[in-house]
Amino acid sequence: MKMKISKGSPWRQPLALVGISILAFWIILAIFAPLIAPFDPLAQDSDALMNPNHLHWLGTDSVGRDIFSRIIYGARISLPLAILLVFLSIIVGSIIGGLAGYFGGWIDSTLMRFADIVLAFPGIILAMAVSAALGPQLRNAVLAVVLVAWPTYARLVRSLILSSKDSDYVTASRLLGSSTRRTLLVDLRPNISGSVLVLGALEAGNGLLLLSGLSFLGLGAQPPSAEWGAMVSAGANNFEKWWIGIFPGIAILTAVLAFNFIGDTLRDALDPRTAKALRN
Amino acid sequence: MQQIKKSKNLTLAGNMSAKVSSSFAKFIYKRIAVGLLMMIGITFVAFAVTQVVPGDPAAVNLGQSAMSNPEIVARWRAEYGLDKPVPEQYMRYISKVLQGDLGISQHSRRPVSEDLAEYFPATIEIALVAIIFSIIIGFSLGILSAMTRDRLPDQLIRVLSLTGVSMPTFWTSLVVFYIFFFKLGWFPGTGRLDPGGDEPTHLTGLYTIDALVHGQFSIAWIALKHLALPAIVLATYTIGVLTRFTRASVLEILGNDYVRSARAKGLPEWLVIKRHVLRPALLSIITVAGVAFGGLLSGSVLVENVFSWPGLGQYAFKSAIALDLPGIMGVSIVVAGVFIIMNLIVDFLYRIIDPNLRSE
Repeated sequence: MKMKISKGSPWRQPLALVGISILAFWIILAIFAPLIAPFDPLAQDSDALMNPNHLHWLGTDSVGRDIFSRIIYGARISLPLAILLVFLSIIVGSIIGGLAGYFGGWIDSTLMRFADIVLAFPGIILAMAVSAALGPQLRNAVLAVVLVAWPTYARLVRSLILSSKDSDYVTASRLLGSSTRRTLLVDLRPNISGSVLVLGALEAGNGLLLLSGLSFLGLGAQPPSAEWGAMVSAGANNFEKWWIGIFPGIAILTAVLAFNFIGDTLRDALDPRTAKALRN
Repeated sequence: MQQIKKSKNLTLAGNMSAKVSSSFAKFIYKRIAVGLLMMIGITFVAFAVTQVVPGDPAAVNLGQSAMSNPEIVARWRAEYGLDKPVPEQYMRYISKVLQGDLGISQHSRRPVSEDLAEYFPATIEIALVAIIFSIIIGFSLGILSAMTRDRLPDQLIRVLSLTGVSMPTFWTSLVVFYIFFFKLGWFPGTGRLDPGGDEPTHLTGLYTIDALVHGQFSIAWIALKHLALPAIVLATYTIGVLTRFTRASVLEILGNDYVRSARAKGLPEWLVIKRHVLRPALLSIITVAGVAFGGLLSGSVLVENVFSWPGLGQYAFKSAIALDLPGIMGVSIVVAGVFIIMNLIVDFLYRIIDPNLRSE
C-alpha cells in the first residue's frame, strides 16, 4: 500500500493516536472477551434491572443479564462486521468503478448511472426495505448496508483509474503485452489502494452506525444477541432504567469515533489532490 | 456525510453538463430531464428490491388462519395486483405513479398518497428546524475554526464536529429524552403535541406555522417545545458536516488573490472578512445545506422512532416491518424526489452565483 504522505507520519498525529488506542482497546476486549467478561453474556442468572453496582459494574438488563459482559462480547460482533462491511463494499465498488473507469463508453455510463440512482435513494430506507424483505437478521442487514455503501467506492475508484490509466508507465506496460486484467490488478491497483483504504476508514464508522441503527429498529441482530444497537433498543423499551441503553450506545460512539479520527487524519495526510477526490 | 458526498457529485456532473450547453434554458431542461430519469430509476430500484426478495407480503399481512385458506390468499393477491407477471406489475405501478397514485398501503389499508400527505409535514417540520440549527451552529463554528486554524479552538472544534458525525442518533435521542424529559422535565415527551391537546387549524400541516398563522399562540408554543429535542438530535450529524465544510471553504477563500489584494490596499480585517469571505462562504454553505436537507428526511427514521414522531420515518418503519411494498416504495419515491429537486435547485443556484460557469 503506497500512500503519498506530505508531512510526517499520520500515525503520529494525536487524533490518530487516540483513534488507534480506542480501537486497540476494543480489539483486546473482543479477543479476550471470555477472560475479561465477569459473566456469561447470555446467562439470565442475576436479578433483573439491577442498578450498576460493585458486582455488575454497568447493571443488569430486564432479564438479568450482565450489561458489562454483554458489551464486551458485543465487540466481537460489531468490530469484525464493520471491517467486513468495508471489505465487501470495497470489493463491489472497486470492481464496478474499475470496469467503468477502464473501459469507458457505454459500460461506464450504464454502471455510473446505476450508482447515481442508488446514491439518490434514501440510504437507510433502502437498507430497511432490503433487510426487512430478506428477513430480519444480522447477515441480511450487512448485505443491506453493502448495497447502500458500494457506490461511494465505485466513484472514487473510477476517478482514480481515469486519472492514471493514460500514464506512461501504464501505456508502456500495455505495449509490452500486459492483459487487461494484469494492467488493472498489477499496474493500477497499487496506485489507488491507499486512497480507497482511507475512504474505507472514513466509511467504516458510517457503516457501523447504519448497521447498529438497523439492529436498533429490529431489522438486524435479533435477541438474545449482544449486538450493541439491539442492546440500545432494549434500553429504549425501558428508558427509566438508563443504564440499559446508555452504555451500549457509548460503545458504538467510541468505536465510530475511533474510525473517524483515524480516517480524518489519514485524509489530511494524503496529497491534496486525492484528499479532494475523497471529499467529493 | 454520504448524502453530502452524493450531492456534490451530482452537482459536479451538473456543472460539467453546464459547460457543454450554451444557454441557461438548455441547461435547465437538461438537468430536469436527468432528474426525471433518476426518478424513473428510483422507482425501478424500489420495485426491483421488492421483487427479488423472498419475503411473502401475504404471509405477513394475513394471519395464520387466513393463510391456510388458498381462496383468501388468492383474493388478497389479486386485490394488490400480485398475481400478475412482474413486468406487468411494474408497468401498472409506474403508470399509476405518474397519476399520483402510489397504491394502497397494506398495513394502514388506505391510499399511500393519503398516508404520505399526513406523515410528510411532520418530517418536513422537524427537518426544517434541524437544518436551521445546523446552518447557524455549523457556520459559526466553521468560521471560528478557520480563523483560529491549527490553534486550540480549531482543534477542539475538529474533535467536536467529528463527535457530531459519530453519534448514533437513536442513542442520542434516548439520552436527550431521558435527561430533558424524564429527569429534568424541561421538555414534553413524545409526539407532536401534548396528549389530548388541540391540533391547530389545518393549513400546511406544519403545526407551528399553522398555529401562528391562525393566532393560536399557545398551540404554537406547545408544538415548538415538542419539536426542540428531536430537531436538535437530528441536527447533530449535519452540524458536524457543515462545520467541516465551512472551515474548508473559508480557508480556500482566504487563499484567493482578491482577499490578499483587499488586505494589501489597507482594508480593515473585519471588513475583508465580512465582504470578501463571509458572503461567498455563506452562499456555498447554503447550497450544501440544501442537499443535506434531503439527507435529514431519511435520517429522521431513527429519531422519529424514539420520539414517536408521526413522520415519514415512522411510516417507513411500519411499512418495512409489515413488508408493505407500496408503503416503502411511496416513502422512497417521495424522499428521493425531494433529494433530486434539492440537487436541481443547488445546481441552478451554483450556476447563477458562479460567474465562471455562467460565461462558459
